[in-house]
Amino acid sequence: MFDLVSFIPRAVMQGIPLLYGSTGEILTEKSGNLNLGIPGVMYVGGICGVIGSFFYEQAVPAESMNAFLAVGIPMACSLLGSLLMGLLYSFLTITLRANQNVTGLALTTFGVGVGNFFGGSLIKLTNSEVPSIALSATSAYFSKSLPFAGSLGWFGQVFLSYGFLAYLAVIIAIVASYILKRTRVGLQLRAVGESPATADAAGINVTRYKYTATCIGSMIAGLGGLYYVMDYACGVWSNNAFGDRGWLAIALVIFTIWRPNVSILASILFGGFYILYLYIPSGLDLSVKELYKMIPYVVTLVVLIIVSMRKKREHQPPASLGLPYFREER
Amino acid sequence: MTALETVQNAIRMEHITKRFGNVVANHDITLELHKGEILSLLGENGSGKTTLMNMLSGIYYSDEGQIYVNDKPVTISSPKDAFDLGIGMIHQHFKLVDVFTATENIVLGLEEPGRLDLKKASQKITEICQRYGFEVDLNQKIYEMSVSQKQAVEIVKVLYRGADILILDEPTAVLTPQETDKLFTVMRNMKADGKSLIIITHKLHEVLEVSDRVAVLRKGEYIGDVATRDASQQSLTDMMVGHAVSLNINRPDPVNVHPRLEVKGLTVYDELGVKRLSDVTFTANSGEILGIAGIAGSGQRELLEAISGLYPISAGNILFHPESEDEKAPADQKVRELVGLDPMAIRKCGVSMAFVPEDRLGMGLVGSMGMTGNMMLRSWRKGKGAFLNRKEPETLANRIWKELDVVTPSVSFPVRRMSGGNVQKVLVGREIAQEPAVLMTAYAVRGLDINTSYTIYNLLTEEKMKGVAVVYVGEDLDVLLELCDRILVLCGGQVSGIVDARTADKRQLGTLMTRVGGGSVHA
Repeated sequence: MFDLVSFIPRAVMQGIPLLYGSTGEILTEKSGNLNLGIPGVMYVGGICGVIGSFFYEQAVPAESMNAFLAVGIPMACSLLGSLLMGLLYSFLTITLRANQNVTGLALTTFGVGVGNFFGGSLIKLTNSEVPSIALSATSAYFSKSLPFAGSLGWFGQVFLSYGFLAYLAVIIAIVASYILKRTRVGLQLRAVGESPATADAAGINVTRYKYTATCIGSMIAGLGGLYYVMDYACGVWSNNAFGDRGWLAIALVIFTIWRPNVSILASILFGGFYILYLYIPSGLDLSVKELYKMIPYVVTLVVLIIVSMRKKREHQPPASLGLPYFREER
Repeated sequence: MTALETVQNAIRMEHITKRFGNVVANHDITLELHKGEILSLLGENGSGKTTLMNMLSGIYYSDEGQIYVNDKPVTISSPKDAFDLGIGMIHQHFKLVDVFTATENIVLGLEEPGRLDLKKASQKITEICQRYGFEVDLNQKIYEMSVSQKQAVEIVKVLYRGADILILDEPTAVLTPQETDKLFTVMRNMKADGKSLIIITHKLHEVLEVSDRVAVLRKGEYIGDVATRDASQQSLTDMMVGHAVSLNINRPDPVNVHPRLEVKGLTVYDELGVKRLSDVTFTANSGEILGIAGIAGSGQRELLEAISGLYPISAGNILFHPESEDEKAPADQKVRELVGLDPMAIRKCGVSMAFVPEDRLGMGLVGSMGMTGNMMLRSWRKGKGAFLNRKEPETLANRIWKELDVVTPSVSFPVRRMSGGNVQKVLVGREIAQEPAVLMTAYAVRGLDINTSYTIYNLLTEEKMKGVAVVYVGEDLDVLLELCDRILVLCGGQVSGIVDARTADKRQLGTLMTRVGGGSVHA
């Protein structure tokens, strides 16, 4: 029989990086910036966390590690790294008005390159036999779940078995949803993404909103990379292990029609699709497994087709998504 | 006015001058808006009405002059400054977010203390709507609204911000007569409430209907103001068009005149089902320049596009008479019906259009390509096989470059980066090079300096002498009167008259242009 109790936690753990990525990208896109650099940003978020914790672990023996610092240092590093990526993207597309697609794709390539370079360097520093770094001490802090979770049977396993970053992702998604829908800041942010000229005429500082949304979005997405390494991968970094999760996060943005709260469940669904092949007896036929891995993308395509056919204006991307804004051009 | 002491000025603009490069858009204008009145700002297209008002709303900043609001000197350097002074402008192009509701649009950008409370805002908006008689569904999304509803939202938005002085830029241009009546009722209600209003328009009957006073601009200059009760359509028309100015455009008599293009009963509807042209009938003759005059949006664009096969035609005929009217001539040289032909086939007959739209590059030229590339847009079908012939277009580009004095570093320099006048030369030059039988130009000299304009006039006259039927859609009545042989006047999609340019005067044209449906003067 299909083992739901073990399937769901694994789907959730797969889904959390996607949830971070999609929440960050939704905030960014609501400001009219199509940041296709999200995979690179997440990758940088991951490696920066690894660098931070690597040096902390090197400096302090595992027994005397401070829990607060063990979590705080990688998190701060990760946020800083992805913030810099967000600033780079913002500077190029908002201030210099470079093409957003090109900038985003370049940023992805750049981010993966940066990650692999520093990942490779660290692996060299450790003189390790295997091409990976294990930061198990730090990971232990990140993936610590509530002490009584184990004693609650299936309930504990499905709902309480995750590290704090997983819950943070859900909280961020809910807060982001609330801000977008119910607050003045959210209303103005959406106006910037829909029609920057209108927002400008209404006295909203378009550039500030775009910068802020893109940078905060990048930082949230970067946490997805951090969660992946520290919790999901148990602190083991190896180059290119992050895979195509960044692109899945972008697909998720479209799948949820730009709604972070929907993304909470949708990311778990995508996570489930992502590992479905492990739970379906497919024998040793590798090609069938690859077909299962396609499911998230196929579902995204189906959603795009349905949404495009229904032509509901609210379900369309922000109207000025991908377009630079010049005040003088009227 | 006798009660001078009791009149208070809401706004006084003193000696305002605004230049854009070499063009003087407003020259030494002094304008007053009294408290609690509706002032009409009247003038032809390009007379500087909108520019002047944009200086009040903070979009432009004047080069010279001083603005007073409530008799205090002020500096308005941004839309926010204007808001703070209680000045609100409703632009022709609405600034609204389509997927937001009316309420969301109205509160957008306001920094009110506390959290966003749309319910409380809705109550306040409903009060405003009831006070002035707006009919707005506050929870409706903008994209579901009609144009007049959107306009109402714009006005409410300005009122919600506490504006006492409202400027409406051609608010009736997009409205049906019933909607216009409703708007005027609302405007009178606002006036009764003590607000001061400026309405920019060029429709005389509206001026007479709604305003208390009329100020007239012509070519960037302030002509004067009159109390509406002392004005008539005729007196306003005279102020608007002014006296004839002699331009000394070379105009030889037409030669070898015979019908080339016969348009009969042409009627078209736009995608919204609004009638854009109604029963338009005229003949364009070879060896003659036919001018088309009319207030912007009277159907000029639709007419040219319909003739070139780009606009769906719901009724009427367009007959093309070729050079020889020989019965034995092959089929493609006989009189042909153009309605129903595709644009390519119409082009083959020799009907050529050089339409210079407001954004110049929008139609006809590709901004990122050079002159050669743009020449090829017309000749790419000529080549054999899969390869393009670059040689001929390049020769042509070089010829236009030299003959028309196009200022550009090379023929491969992107046209987007040329100045407007040079772009126009490229466009018109290319169309002329096709050796058309009918040459249609719209706003061919828009934004050009005087010398370049003359170059274009001479080009058109040359074409006329070659026996081409030239159709010239223009804005400047003086030019139309001196360049063209006959002038067709469009008003609201109808032909309100065809006059001989040699005997007609500006006054006659002005009257025809503003007379709806060619009816009585007091429409």
